[in-house]
Amino acid sequence: MIGYLIRRILQMLIVLFFVTVFTLFLVHLFPGGPIRALLGPRATVEQVAYFNKLYGFDQPFYVQYGKWVWQLLHGNLGYSPKLNQTVTGLIAQDLPKTIVLVGLGTLVSLVFGIPLGMYQAVKRYTVSDYVLTGISFLGYATPTFFFALLLVEWFAVDSHIFPPFAPQGSSVGQVLSQPRALVLPVIAYAFLLYALWSRYMRSSVMDNLVQDYVRTARAKGASERRVLWGHIFRNSLTAIVTLLGLSLPTLVAGAIFIEVVFNYPGMGLAFYNAALNVDYQTLLGFTVLATLATIVGNLLADVSYAVLDPRVRYT
Amino acid sequence: MTIMGPGAESQLSQFGVLTEAPPAEGEGGVLTATKPRSALRRGWEVFAENRLALVGVGVVVFMVLFCFVGPLIYRTNQINTNLQLATCRPGGAHLLGCDEVGYDQLGRLMVGGQTSLEVGIAAALVAVLFGTLYGAVSGFAGGFIDSFLMRIVDAGLSIPYIMVVIILSVIFHPSPIIMIFLIAAFYWLGVARLVRGETLTLRTREYVQAVKVIGGRDIRAVVRHVVPNAIGTIVVQATFAVADSILILAGLGFLGVGVQPPATDWGSMLSNGLTYMQGGNYWWLIYPPGILIIVTCIAINFIGDALRDAFETRLQRR
Repeated sequence: MIGYLIRRILQMLIVLFFVTVFTLFLVHLFPGGPIRALLGPRATVEQVAYFNKLYGFDQPFYVQYGKWVWQLLHGNLGYSPKLNQTVTGLIAQDLPKTIVLVGLGTLVSLVFGIPLGMYQAVKRYTVSDYVLTGISFLGYATPTFFFALLLVEWFAVDSHIFPPFAPQGSSVGQVLSQPRALVLPVIAYAFLLYALWSRYMRSSVMDNLVQDYVRTARAKGASERRVLWGHIFRNSLTAIVTLLGLSLPTLVAGAIFIEVVFNYPGMGLAFYNAALNVDYQTLLGFTVLATLATIVGNLLADVSYAVLDPRVRYT
Repeated sequence: MTIMGPGAESQLSQFGVLTEAPPAEGEGGVLTATKPRSALRRGWEVFAENRLALVGVGVVVFMVLFCFVGPLIYRTNQINTNLQLATCRPGGAHLLGCDEVGYDQLGRLMVGGQTSLEVGIAAALVAVLFGTLYGAVSGFAGGFIDSFLMRIVDAGLSIPYIMVVIILSVIFHPSPIIMIFLIAAFYWLGVARLVRGETLTLRTREYVQAVKVIGGRDIRAVVRHVVPNAIGTIVVQATFAVADSILILAGLGFLGVGVQPPATDWGSMLSNGLTYMQGGNYWWLIYPPGILIIVTCIAINFIGDALRDAFETRLQRR
């Protein structure tokens, strides 16, 4: 187990190296370079040259890379001239709010997705299975922003049940103090993920239903309820835990769309604004952070899979 | 070698197949010609039994006809804007009304659909072709090359793709052609990983080993034997890739970083229409593009699911 962990962490470091080189390279793709993009077309050549020197963009790529990574290792993700704020400060301010949205949305989707997926597997090939399958196909095929705006139209504009925009405020406390405004963003986010869990749970439970241990449990006289919740549920959940760790890019993508639609003051919205304003330091910092989270998520998924399923060997 | 080539599963029912299937035209030996065809036919039987899949095929064919043949029948001016006609109501000369700059909405749906379908299909093709070759080479080579190539894939998969696609879209102000490569640039990663996994199990098979024994080059083993046997995985991935690409393109259109005017796609039309959501009843600007996206993607997913069953040999020989 220890050897496996060490090997995985070494792989993780190599992956991190590739990722950081790639993201820094991205910044250089801005037409005329990042400084020209930042200062705009009316900046003089001298001004661009001055700021290029100031920010070190006149140096070779490997020097820039070295300095940038050195700063990253010290927890310094850069400075956003557009917002006049450090990127770390920006993250400290927005990340908790995004975690609230992503956490609540994921929780709601799991609470519905897992039991309904199991129900579908048990009642497979019946009308209720087909109806639920239809709903999850809809979840796959509907653009997130379209569904979110339909929710706004139905529940905010037509019937005034919920406010049409997300909770506003700079702290988590302020966001949580407006629970009614949180409902629509969380539902929209959860619907996006629901399809994922329920489809996966359905096929996972169906795979487990024909396993020998299920037959053994039944032969020993276990009730159908006990077979389902005591045996199959636990074994199918392993797959979901892994999937949860692997789906961080999906969670991030969902967060960006939902936050833009509802004007939710989190990292997704900040990232989108940074992209439109060519605020490259923020873009770099956010991308590296999200990537790090994904890599750690993948690692946790693999490790927890190995821990939860004794059949997995660490080779 | 060719006798062993086409499919591991076709070897299993070799004798029954050989007696009943007629030789196909344009192929050399009887053995090579009949076997892949019969494997296809058995797959087709499973596929055709799935009614949803047939509906899916019907919908996709309809969409292709609608987008590419439709403009020949329902002729509209999609070149000049006409602000006098902006948001005109459905009826009369404009069956579905006009959009916010006076294009005929039904005609616009056809033009936008061309972009959506073209980008979706082309991005899927590029991603799957490249991903397949990359994954097959990586898995077949093994050792250091495999580790190196797969770490690159890991790195790509760890970056939330939407972030990079947004950054690149802001940089390039993409045309549909660039959009194809932007989407494919991330989609191939997943394909490569899957095909590599498949290759790892295939390369130890006797018929792949046999290539080495008779002095065939590695590239031949990969292209002629490994890839054709992984074709099930590849085709299923390609199908889902089309639907995913259409959705990604739509999402980018909503963020305003998708294809730029005068080009359009269903996603851009939908997000333009959504700005009219709260200003009165402009249903023809909102629901038609939204429904076309959803229906097309569901249809493609039906096909993908059925294809997965069709390539599942356990289901073939019931």
